[in-house]
Amino acid sequence: MGAPFHHPKNPDAMRPEIFAFEFMRHAVAASLLASVACGIIGTYVVVKRIGFISGGIAHTAFGGIGLGYYLGINPLLGVIPFSLFAALAIGLLSKKAKVAEDTAIGAFWAVGMAVGVIFIGLTPGYAPNLFSYLFGNILTVPPDDLWLIFFLDVLIVLLVWLFSKEFLAISVDEEYAEVSGVNTTGFYLLLLCLIALTVVILVRVVGIVMVIALLTIPAAIARTFSRSLPGMMALASLLSAFFSLAGLWLSWQLDIASGATIIVVAGVAFMLVETGKLLRISLLNR
Amino acid sequence: MNRVIVDCEHLSVVLDGSRVLDNLTLQVCEGDFLGIVGPNGGGKTTLLRVILGLQKPSEGTVTVFDKAPGQSPRRTGYVPQHLVFDRDFPISVRDMVLMGRLSGKKPLQQYSKSDRERVDEALETVGMSALKSRRIGVLSGGELQRTLIARALAGDPELLLLDEPTASVDPVMKTSIYDLLDRLKKQLSIVLVTHDIGTISRHVSRVICLNCSMVVRENPLATPSGSDIQKSYPYDVDLLLHHGGSLSSPEKS
Repeated sequence: MGAPFHHPKNPDAMRPEIFAFEFMRHAVAASLLASVACGIIGTYVVVKRIGFISGGIAHTAFGGIGLGYYLGINPLLGVIPFSLFAALAIGLLSKKAKVAEDTAIGAFWAVGMAVGVIFIGLTPGYAPNLFSYLFGNILTVPPDDLWLIFFLDVLIVLLVWLFSKEFLAISVDEEYAEVSGVNTTGFYLLLLCLIALTVVILVRVVGIVMVIALLTIPAAIARTFSRSLPGMMALASLLSAFFSLAGLWLSWQLDIASGATIIVVAGVAFMLVETGKLLRISLLNR
Repeated sequence: MNRVIVDCEHLSVVLDGSRVLDNLTLQVCEGDFLGIVGPNGGGKTTLLRVILGLQKPSEGTVTVFDKAPGQSPRRTGYVPQHLVFDRDFPISVRDMVLMGRLSGKKPLQQYSKSDRERVDEALETVGMSALKSRRIGVLSGGELQRTLIARALAGDPELLLLDEPTASVDPVMKTSIYDLLDRLKKQLSIVLVTHDIGTISRHVSRVICLNCSMVVRENPLATPSGSDIQKSYPYDVDLLLHHGGSLSSPEKS
């Protein structure tokens, strides 16, 4: 498993060659498109501290991949309803019912994965590319999925632009937003749905298991250097694009898994920035 | 008699099985500057939350501007006790105050130039104009409080509700916040929850002491021995009556 790619390599002419393949152009396009949603929605995930919820939505979405295999459709199309359902259910359970949020998330997380495993078990024959949905394989993104990612990007950007003042208000001071007449529960659920759609996009790039890293790391780094939410979104998108492309290039060079490499590149950058901050603080306090 | 803005009749609130407010009857009229003092857990913040529509009463009726609480967001300004927020949040003072204009906006409507102008005026009123581009996380306690007051004022409210605006503020800043409220009380009605029993006496027009187990008396003179206690206070004290019937003053609670 794992769709191992053994590329014909010529170390002397690597740069021209890397774009010679159609799958590589698709991979670059997918990276750039995913980075848009990733930076915008990741910013809300970080400032609103809902990383764990986002992880829950992503893992529950595995049920949708199983459903996709079972129905014989594009698994990504199975992920959309499943992750939206997970977003609404986790959001409503933690807001309305008296279930502790982490309990609700934990339950959905595991049950979603379990449902996925059962569906795949019920599907006759072998489940091709299952590994790539769990851990991502950006080198196998078909043109149809690129269009799907593009469409979801447009939807996310449009909704965030239309409701930017409400999303800002519930992020910075939810109680004040409520007092101002904003339907805070409604906008919170909408935000969780946008996270769910971003998960769909990122499944192709880094896979379900590692979605949470791309939703949090670029935005967390961007927060250190930003003075406004739109600025943080732009910087997070740029960082996400950089990590994706750098990881892609590195994985090509070293012939290792692309999704995992992207995450490691992002993680190393995050640690460097945080170490830099710590050093700066300790130097200033000396 | 001025128009009644907030009308609580026999209000009770039960939170997690304990009675936080009990049979409270209270009115706030136009032009009032009402101070609410009382012990921690006495229900002061809960009363504000009921008026704002954030907390449903368990018993009794409450109207704000003749409507159910929370139905008049444009006419009500709120300054919360401490802003539960992340100091790393990337937002400037000006954008924070712009949130005060939110109640006057429909969904899909963006902030306009006149909204931003009103924000600048509110920042001017509280003396925060010089710091308006600062990130909110670098402000001192007093600067943050004035920002939150500016946010409430930016929405042009008729009723301003403040929950302990001087709790985490140094004495100089405390005085300047009270001076600010003194100026504001000419334009709008104010309800102020505070611990500064001594300080507010010089500023407010009425004080009530709130403890869930006490009844707030709207008219102290109706109580036979009330006038004696009234004499010992330079300001208009509402007397409190235990359920048992014995009188106590705000300072004792």
